[in-house]
Amino acid sequence: MGERIQSTEHRAQTTDKKPKATRDAYGETLLELGKKRSDIVVLDSDLSGSTKTNKFAKAFPERFFNLGVSEQDMVGTAAGLALTGKIPFASTFAVFETGRAFDQIRLVVCYSNTNVKLVATHGGITVGEDGASHQALEDIALMRALPNITVIVPADATETSSVINEITDYVGPVYVRLGRPKVPYVMPDNYKFKIGNAYVFRIGRDVNIIAAGIMVDIAQKAADILTNQGIDTGVINMSTIKPIDEKSLLRAAKASKLIITAEEHSVIGGLGGAVCEFLSENYPILVRRIGINDVFGCSGSPEELLNLYGLTSENIIETAKEALKK
Amino acid sequence: MELVTEGKITDIKTLENIAREVRINILKMLTAAGSGHTGGSLSAADVAVAIYFSKMKFNSKDPQWKERDRFILSKGHAVPLLYAILANAGYFSPEMLITLRKMDSPLQGHPCCAILQGIEISTGSLGQGLSVANGMALGLKLDKIPSRVYCIMGDGEIQEGQIWEAAMTAAHYGLDNVCGVVDNNGLQIDGPVEKVMGIAPINAKWAAFGWHVIEIDGHNMKEILNALNEAENTKGKPTVIVAHTVKGKGVSFFENKVEYHGIAPTQNELDRAIKELSNG
Repeated sequence: MGERIQSTEHRAQTTDKKPKATRDAYGETLLELGKKRSDIVVLDSDLSGSTKTNKFAKAFPERFFNLGVSEQDMVGTAAGLALTGKIPFASTFAVFETGRAFDQIRLVVCYSNTNVKLVATHGGITVGEDGASHQALEDIALMRALPNITVIVPADATETSSVINEITDYVGPVYVRLGRPKVPYVMPDNYKFKIGNAYVFRIGRDVNIIAAGIMVDIAQKAADILTNQGIDTGVINMSTIKPIDEKSLLRAAKASKLIITAEEHSVIGGLGGAVCEFLSENYPILVRRIGINDVFGCSGSPEELLNLYGLTSENIIETAKEALKK
Repeated sequence: MELVTEGKITDIKTLENIAREVRINILKMLTAAGSGHTGGSLSAADVAVAIYFSKMKFNSKDPQWKERDRFILSKGHAVPLLYAILANAGYFSPEMLITLRKMDSPLQGHPCCAILQGIEISTGSLGQGLSVANGMALGLKLDKIPSRVYCIMGDGEIQEGQIWEAAMTAAHYGLDNVCGVVDNNGLQIDGPVEKVMGIAPINAKWAAFGWHVIEIDGHNMKEILNALNEAENTKGKPTVIVAHTVKGKGVSFFENKVEYHGIAPTQNELDRAIKELSNG
């Protein structure tokens, strides 16, 4: 275990920063990129105030296209813009982007392999009070099933900004899932995202938690407690769900007795599914998936809902102990 | 016709001859494939030939030429028509046409832009082409390139809601570089369009959505050319050409037969069809 990195060291660099929503980081990064690159265009379907594309819209009205409430048309229009050499960022809520426009994403983005960046906000249960109709819990499963697309779930504002820069230079379809609420910083200030490279905070000898999005912070809290209680636990931020970082997964699996996946998504088809698919074929090991257990969400505050559905460090700790007993 | 950088064939007889060749190739490739969509490929043939060979700027030896005009076959099942035209225009050898629908052929059952140059966007799931056309038109306007985007839709296809989302978008952004065509042959797989799900009044619908509407006989080359010119000269709004056509046009025993929406000719039918077309 020569490569052990103390997670506390990383977090120490960021504790002075106030929590920030990933969608806010997206809006600011788009604005900055828009100043540097005239080939970036942005599309939205009547939610630019919420997705934060309104910052870009205000600065570059000629390169911003509001399609009104029509997600299917937005995705098709984005593909057309990409085919004239533009880099279109098409944004709306995750549930509408991936659900409403699934066939459009399939045909004119993925199958046609157009350079469209689908950046959706309001992913997951932390949408909160709006309730189940607005809580995308299956978007990653939907996107991951499509060939040609890269699927990314940033953990915080730092990573979001780096992701948006990286995918601007990358040619090909990308889906990025962002969230509504403010989330704490977890990544080091100098962190640079690379597609397909997980960020290993630490490899544990007993348990490794593979987390994405807001669950990275929650996983770290769980790992600290477990490690203090004598169960050596590591955390990996698997921000690229597809293509998944097989090398890091294998490393984590070989080092430990138990893998726990943690995601703000259904346990079916998302990060948990991707990890199980890979490990069951390549290094069968005990796995437990933390996520939404095949149910729709409901209204409530983000904190209440995270507790209700067990997306908590307490549940991770309990799950780890329970699994290790067997 | 190896290299075409400007369509610009305005002689009606020449265009009609190209359309006849294209129809024969459509039938040959469908017969070789043993499956595919005969009726809708034949109904849209005259309009598509006129667009490509009288109006469009393109260079088959430089398919990604930035200043080309774009053609989108939103009713992707009529792709034998597009393949026959692309072969005629020099994008690939006409000998390749008989590989339609065969494994390892770039001539997929529905158009795939990722594997065949000349196809601007993959289609096949109906209702999506016009949105893509709008995106291209917006991109061209941003780059101040005066190219045009043509999009052929089926009349059954405009039952798709996304067509009307795109219709709003084109009008909202004043996309006068978009020219839509509705191939109004009146039939869809399950029967007459008006019986399956009425779309009438077509003209009034497009007009209400802010489009300039031109209604023509879609098999009259002179009317087609006039309409394409009128579309090009219409500024500030998109134009749609509602082309009244006959499903299976050009082969008497296929015409207006709903059964021939989705089946290929037999060898015997092909021989008779070629005889008819050659004598036409």
